[in-house]
Amino acid sequence: MGKKSSLRVIPVKVEPLSALTAAERTAVDEVCARLKSLDGPLIPILHAVQEALGYVPRDAIPVIAGELNLSRAEVHGVVSFYHYFRREQPGRHVFHLCRAEACQSVGAVALEAHAKRSLGIGFHETTADGAISLEPVYCLGNCALGPSLMIDDRLQGRVSPQRFDELVARAKAGS
Amino acid sequence: MTHTRIYVPRDAAALSVGAQEVAEAIAAEAARRGTAVEIVRNGTRGLLWLEPLVEVVTAGGRIGYGPVQAGEVPSLFEAGFLEGKPHALHLGPVEEIPYFKNQERLTFARVGITDPRSLKDYLEHDGYKGLRAALALAPEKIVAQVTDSGLRGRGGAAFPAGIKWKTVLGVQAPQKYIVCNADEGDSGTYSDRMVMEGDPFVLIEGMTIAGLATGATRGFIYLRWEYPDAKVALEAAIAAATEAGYLGADVLGSKRAFTLEVRMGAGAYICGEETSLLESLEGKRGQVRFKPPLPAIQGLFGQPTVINNVITFASVPIIMDKGAEHYKNYGVGRSRGTLPIQLTGNIRHGGLIEKAFGVTLRQLLYDYGGGSLSGRPIRAVQVGGPLGAYMPESQFDTPLDYEAFAAIGAMVGHGGIVVFDDSVDMAAQARYAMEFCAVESCGKCTPCRIGSTRGMEVIDRLLAGENSPRQEKLLRDLCDTMLYGSLCALGGLTPYPVVSALNHFPEDFAKPRTARAV
Repeated sequence: MGKKSSLRVIPVKVEPLSALTAAERTAVDEVCARLKSLDGPLIPILHAVQEALGYVPRDAIPVIAGELNLSRAEVHGVVSFYHYFRREQPGRHVFHLCRAEACQSVGAVALEAHAKRSLGIGFHETTADGAISLEPVYCLGNCALGPSLMIDDRLQGRVSPQRFDELVARAKAGS
Repeated sequence: MTHTRIYVPRDAAALSVGAQEVAEAIAAEAARRGTAVEIVRNGTRGLLWLEPLVEVVTAGGRIGYGPVQAGEVPSLFEAGFLEGKPHALHLGPVEEIPYFKNQERLTFARVGITDPRSLKDYLEHDGYKGLRAALALAPEKIVAQVTDSGLRGRGGAAFPAGIKWKTVLGVQAPQKYIVCNADEGDSGTYSDRMVMEGDPFVLIEGMTIAGLATGATRGFIYLRWEYPDAKVALEAAIAAATEAGYLGADVLGSKRAFTLEVRMGAGAYICGEETSLLESLEGKRGQVRFKPPLPAIQGLFGQPTVINNVITFASVPIIMDKGAEHYKNYGVGRSRGTLPIQLTGNIRHGGLIEKAFGVTLRQLLYDYGGGSLSGRPIRAVQVGGPLGAYMPESQFDTPLDYEAFAAIGAMVGHGGIVVFDDSVDMAAQARYAMEFCAVESCGKCTPCRIGSTRGMEVIDRLLAGENSPRQEKLLRDLCDTMLYGSLCALGGLTPYPVVSALNHFPEDFAKPRTARAV
């Protein structure tokens, strides 16, 4: 890549301070070693870290920055820009509830209110028992069968408040 | 009969209403009865209100049953569905259902019909004929054929694909790229997802042809994280195509290279904007770039880049196979070919309708859609995603045609139609448009970043009755600033839904409100 080779690599490398656990550190190192040779490696690395750990820990940022020869601010800026990257440990299941227009036309606003009330949490929060995190999402591509909800990576359509409660019960029982 | 073949879709929409459970129930019931069946996991036909739609291959064609729930599977066996016999869910031959039969399926010719994991099935259904035709042509000829077909970018901006390709072809560079915009973020759209899950090879073939046409040897598919099933389908198809020599260092022995990678987005609507997408692929915040330089000249990693939507690339193989004229003969005016229309929201028969340009909204909403799902009158439709205008009943005779829509301050966009019945509060929809813009703004330009938040506040004051005429004037003025002052379409088009709601549904803004309904 023309762009990459034009960057001047500063040969001094300071081990970044990090409060990651040994297991977390191993996971981050493994991901960086595996993916850093990609063109444009940062977002694939963040995805892989989140997949391994459930989130991108604050202390993973200096490690990734060091590996990619970026500043911490640059990595932090990317993590915070994208809604999907989370900076805190999520619940055992993540519920992404669609807020977009097609779902609104078939009751998503009422479903959102029901979800928040019945779980006792708002968006970007996790239930006290650690079972479910609730996140908003803007379109899941299931617009003819809304309201839609994605539980972890499984899409659910025609989610009525009653069906929502069943899915919550199933998620809690299964975890 | 031995080994009856049964199709049960693996499309995410079908899975969202129980297709996996149905497939498992069919396998279990067949095993219990000692009946030999072969279950093929196809894409969806796009008759989404009938999902899960199970098809059985009989002497009389593929007979459909739907919507099937897992609990109904034993009764289907009991009724003799393996021979296509009657049952309460019996639909007859699927290809004869008017919703399907009256379409013009060019880009979606195989979706719902073939096994998306099978390269063999793809080849048996005219797959890779376009690439073979392209391999016999000089790059200039491929580009000329795409230009002559009249194909315009299907992502929404409708820029002629051939012109973009020609620019990239004409630039000398050490590396060129083909980038597929699969960040289908518009509410009311899923045609990209349906192709990627239901016929991934057609996208791969289209991108490969683009590579041959422009001299690009590497391609990326930028896919939104919300589509995990599409990722699996694409990666399986890329592996199969590479294995068989359709991708790699020497595409079909042509001595020309083309390789392909899938990259996942991370939940940023703005990354559907082409320059933000390129920033994101490079590993940065998805902030919009100034243009020029155009991506065709300085795109990914500063190199010449063709960036097109999934449907644009997926339409290329049939153009190369059947010729520019064949494709161009569909459509009206300067909108040539077909558009995969997604009928969504509060609609009885939601789904995907691929039709030549020129079909009217009214035909789609009533002849295909069967009216609203709730049974109440349809009051408004939003066409073209969250940045599209809200259209009232008086505009339902507008034909789907880029220019006809532009003439009334609306846009076709990516072909999504979201239907609302008469319970909709259009003031709430206008406020939501501003809210969405505030959530998704990349923050680079002021009209979008700040205008969207101020827009919400002004709408709140307007609805609270605080000197409403003045607030309305202010809101229109703000919309004008966003429209003309924003760097890209997010801030620039957010005024469309807001102003159209104000113009066509003023009564919703004048209602006395005790508490805000949003």
